[in-house]
Amino acid sequence: MTKRLITAFAVVGMLVGCASTPTDEQAGAKVEDRQPTTAAATPAPSKPTTDASTRPSTGQTVGADPLKDPSNILSRRSIFFDYDSFTVKEEFKPVVSAHARYLSTSKQARATIQGNTDERGSREYNLALGQKRADAVKQMMTLLGAPAGQIETVSFGEEKPRGQGANEQAFAENRRADIVHQGE
Amino acid sequence: MTTLALHRWSALRAFSTLFLLAALTLLAAGRAHAALTIEIVGSGANQIPIAIAPFRAEEGTPQALTPIVIADLARSGLFKTIDAGGISPVPYEPAEINYGQWKARGADALVIGHVTPRNGQFEVSFRLMDVVKGTQLAGYFYRVNAAQLRLTAHKIADAIYEKLTGDPGVFATRITYVVKRGTRFELQVSDADGFGGQTILASGEPIISPSWSADGTRLAYVSFERKKPIVYVQSLTTGQRKAVAAFSGSNSAPAWSPDGRRLAVTLTKDGSSQIYMISSDGGNATRLTNSGGIDTEPNFSPDGQSIIFTSDRGGGPQIYRMPASGGQAQRLTFEGNYNVSPRHSPDGKSFTFIQRQGSRFGVAVQDFAARQMQVLTDGGVDESPSFAPNGRMILYASEVRGRGILAAVSSDGRVKQRFTESGGDVREPSWGPLTNR
Repeated sequence: MTKRLITAFAVVGMLVGCASTPTDEQAGAKVEDRQPTTAAATPAPSKPTTDASTRPSTGQTVGADPLKDPSNILSRRSIFFDYDSFTVKEEFKPVVSAHARYLSTSKQARATIQGNTDERGSREYNLALGQKRADAVKQMMTLLGAPAGQIETVSFGEEKPRGQGANEQAFAENRRADIVHQGE
Repeated sequence: MTTLALHRWSALRAFSTLFLLAALTLLAAGRAHAALTIEIVGSGANQIPIAIAPFRAEEGTPQALTPIVIADLARSGLFKTIDAGGISPVPYEPAEINYGQWKARGADALVIGHVTPRNGQFEVSFRLMDVVKGTQLAGYFYRVNAAQLRLTAHKIADAIYEKLTGDPGVFATRITYVVKRGTRFELQVSDADGFGGQTILASGEPIISPSWSADGTRLAYVSFERKKPIVYVQSLTTGQRKAVAAFSGSNSAPAWSPDGRRLAVTLTKDGSSQIYMISSDGGNATRLTNSGGIDTEPNFSPDGQSIIFTSDRGGGPQIYRMPASGGQAQRLTFEGNYNVSPRHSPDGKSFTFIQRQGSRFGVAVQDFAARQMQVLTDGGVDESPSFAPNGRMILYASEVRGRGILAAVSSDGRVKQRFTESGGDVREPSWGPLTNR
């Protein structure tokens, strides 16, 4: 019971952390700048990744699930893009690489990459742009050894914005691909 | 609904010749008015002046008809509605008309009529009179129930519009659009004036890109209810729906072939967003484009022979045309670096699309033959244009103070109208076809 409560609190804490993170990481980042500094654009991983921490959760307790461990790089799921760009920036390679390793260690593991865009322009064209972002992340993951058959790329286009409002900060937050693992 | 023409004028050959002459005279007058409007910015003096007298006993019905007829005609921008107030007695029959009175008010045409309750239904009849000649131009009789009174008013406006402009009226057609209320998305179908909206699908996940089958009985759309975009077809008569494109990846941008048997869709199952053809019942997909980049937003020509679409094969998004079976595509737009969302005009001679100028998005039209392009709106965030089935207006999505609204512009850019919706964020409109309702 106690353990469950602790897990529950940990999950709540993580959710709160997740919800506030994108805003924080985008705050102060100049969107017009195509090459924002790493520190301004995204928080650095809090812990170096090890092979042990990227193993699928099968047989492990919930609390030790690397996907849900806030101190594990696998708990980071969002890759942010510059305006009108589909290039995975250098600073996101550790995250993409960690998820690629995670998938490659288990044939059962499956992931969906969801591409997103800001709200400007045609909804259908934005859906295609979001797909391009998701595909860019998948391409990098497969280059890093993840089996292509375990990854589906889909797009939400501008339809599921995380950042609300018609301002640059919201737009930057929504130019994003999210990695979601099966069962999440 | 029973529709019977009043046969008085067609009974006599001489009378019908007279009628034709009168109709032609007014038609010519209408065209001349329209031609004049081109030279004058704004509107007012150059429209067909028409008076619509209150119908006998319409006040006692659940829905007075003439206010709707007046609103429809005024909204088209082609009519100047003359105040019928203060005329006493109000004429309900041709013999009761004092033409001098209406001439004095500047009316070229006059509409009279009556509503008679009978056996739980309503008998509605109206006559369109030429005030100058003192002759009847059109007359119709309808037997309807209370729920059809509003539609009947739209049909009367259609008959008047067609008689006086030569183009079919579109007031009795329907439109579809998506309303977002908080986290709820509603796919709605309403009358062309935005009234009588019915929710045909409600979802906690986004709905986009509704598209009408040519016979107006089915809608194809994209729903995210299964955590990714999937194309559905839903019958408006039975409400039954089916996922027709649910391939790996994203499925979107459905466009009906004119015969209603096929859908062009955008799929990503083989990599990037490309255009495929599927049966409107679902099943296998045949690939139509092979650009390796983005090809999306397909739209069939009215004759079903070709498809226009958006592609980024040349760098930014531009409009292209290819045969409906796929193959060599020809670029159509060259002005600006962002041209998207193309839709054919009903006569197939032009297309409307969205063009970005600087950071502003507006509705534009382009002629296929002359390649002449005209920007019609400067709403800043305009999206999703579609032609009315008579080609005279273009419906599109815009925004007022951050809230999505529907708007329409005449295809010559002179007349603009806005639909206001009771709360909610409205987007993704599409104008339905001409159908017998």
